[in-house]
Amino acid sequence: MQVLDDLWIRIAVWFRGLLESFLPPWAVQLTMDVLGILLLIVLGIVVVLAFTYMERKVIARVGDRIGPNRAGPFGIFQAIADAIKMLTKEDVTPTNADRWLFLAAPIVVIIPAVLLYAVLPLGRGMVGVDLNIAVVFVVAMGGIPILTMLMAGWASNNKYALLGAFRTVAQLISYEVPMVVALLTVVLLAGTMSTVGIVEAQASFPFALVTPVAFVVYMLAGLAELNRTPFDLLEADSEIVAGYFIEYSGMKFAMFFLAEYINLFMVAGMITTLFLAGWQWPILPSWLWFLIKVVLVIFLMMWIRATFPRFRIDQMLGFAWKALVPLSLINLFLVALVAKVLEPGWVRTGVLFVSNLALLAGAIAIMAQVARKREERARAAGEAAIKRYYGSEVR
Amino acid sequence: MSLPQILFLVVGVITLGAAVAVVTSRNVLHSAFLLALTFFGVAVLYVLLDTPYLAAAQVLVYIGAISVLIIFAIMLSRKVAAPDLVQRNSQWLLSLIVAVLLFGVLAYLTLQTAWPAAKQALGVDAIGGLGEAFVGTYALPFEVVSVVLLVALVGAIIIARER
Amino acid sequence: MVPLSWFLVLGAALFCIGVYGVLSRRNAIGILMGVELILNAVNINLIAFWRYRTPDHLTGLVFAVFVMAIAAAEAAVGLALIIAIYRTRNTVIVEDVDLLKM
Repeated sequence: MQVLDDLWIRIAVWFRGLLESFLPPWAVQLTMDVLGILLLIVLGIVVVLAFTYMERKVIARVGDRIGPNRAGPFGIFQAIADAIKMLTKEDVTPTNADRWLFLAAPIVVIIPAVLLYAVLPLGRGMVGVDLNIAVVFVVAMGGIPILTMLMAGWASNNKYALLGAFRTVAQLISYEVPMVVALLTVVLLAGTMSTVGIVEAQASFPFALVTPVAFVVYMLAGLAELNRTPFDLLEADSEIVAGYFIEYSGMKFAMFFLAEYINLFMVAGMITTLFLAGWQWPILPSWLWFLIKVVLVIFLMMWIRATFPRFRIDQMLGFAWKALVPLSLINLFLVALVAKVLEPGWVRTGVLFVSNLALLAGAIAIMAQVARKREERARAAGEAAIKRYYGSEVR
Repeated sequence: MSLPQILFLVVGVITLGAAVAVVTSRNVLHSAFLLALTFFGVAVLYVLLDTPYLAAAQVLVYIGAISVLIIFAIMLSRKVAAPDLVQRNSQWLLSLIVAVLLFGVLAYLTLQTAWPAAKQALGVDAIGGLGEAFVGTYALPFEVVSVVLLVALVGAIIIARER
Repeated sequence: MVPLSWFLVLGAALFCIGVYGVLSRRNAIGILMGVELILNAVNINLIAFWRYRTPDHLTGLVFAVFVMAIAAAEAAVGLALIIAIYRTRNTVIVEDVDLLKM
């Protein structure tokens, strides 16, 4: 098992040894760095191909269809066929578009997505850089796409693109707040901001068990950051066609598509790292555990996408500010208090787990109550309107 | 020339070039996006100064918040972004002379001073120290700043609200 | 090793560019952008001095963080004011906002 666990590291060490036999030290370092960057980029592309296929299959199965089954056995080459189709399409720039910004947006959108891989611990000892501020880095890189979306939306010279950009920006800014507070809860428990340290702090209990509220909040905020259902109102096909990248085609569209799926992997990886103990857990090699957990989280996201309808924009903003922000803040205080009073161990985990479940149940009860009140009010208003229209004869 | 020096020169040139374009571009929206590039360059400089925390904060605050605010303001006051509008006032030549003179004086003074050449190794844990400073020595200023932020937030909403 | 003077010269250049922006722009948002450049230049100097001269005292770092916070507050209030002016006067050209002159 040890051999499998260190498989990739061993390969890297062996390759470095091979290079050192005929290259000077600085060239070895340079080659290894360049290879590492290339590997991350290739990983990104493989991730996109794999997850687009998975997404189509999963959603098809949930909808009682078969999904892609023409290209290759079980349609596994569908993603490649899609990629070829996309790359051979005509590259259109709309008239009166802001040419420079239009060109810059798809390039800038990919940068933070790839940079984020650097701090993701893919397995034991398999991390690009062990930054001691990795969490802040992740949050900071999450801010750059906001700018890119405004860029793309404005440069396209299309009102639907601009509307889509505005919706996305409102959504991203709103959901960044509960996301950061949920992150803070984890940092508080782990006592470190390094992703490696956070994974190591979950040796006995994954944080999803210690603080389920933060897990749920982060998951929902992550869905919103990814613009996935139920938060996909930026591309709401029936209202604003396709969101901020409506005018993009060909290679430029492919860049947005690439960034979207790289971010999907990234958010799932962050959820795994922060709440599901990352590469920890016994028997299987660490990197395989990480991959399994990431795929499970992504499967959950696809399941949600296939099941739930879309939020309206006021519901989306209200949910962030009136439900998630207070909930995550109360949870932060709770966790800080318990972590201060009790020593780490079974008792603390139990207390936190139970109190978190109670908090979650309370929040859901309050939300259900509010929703019921609202529905009653709406029904009463509707009945009053009918009465006014038909007079008193209505049953 | 060492690697950090080359990096500094490349980033410095990009940052300053973007900054010059920010203040001279005729299209205000381009200025705003270039401003974000300038902020990013400054963040890289912070990394060169061994403060990755501040670099991340710079990206978060300046690019993620201030640039977006500025772009929103430009889009809300749409006429400003019209590219045919003259963007510089009648005293621009005078301002240019003042700015160049000021830079000349500052650069001359800086280069005349004999600074200690090497930087010492970072003795303290900068991030931990910063955190402790905020709740220790600088607790009061820190709280005041947070109140200022809150007041600014509420004030901005009240000022900008449609009546 | 990058010498301290390089950082200081770059900070000075950024500062002067910002000053030029503040003095020469007609557009209130452009002026605000100049102010942001100036604040960034100040931050570069603060951190460079901290790193090269007093790495054991975190005062420079702390002040840089304060400057960032104040810059955020300043941008929020400044842009809110600009939007309010745009609503009432329908312009953001500072020369046209001259109600008190008349």
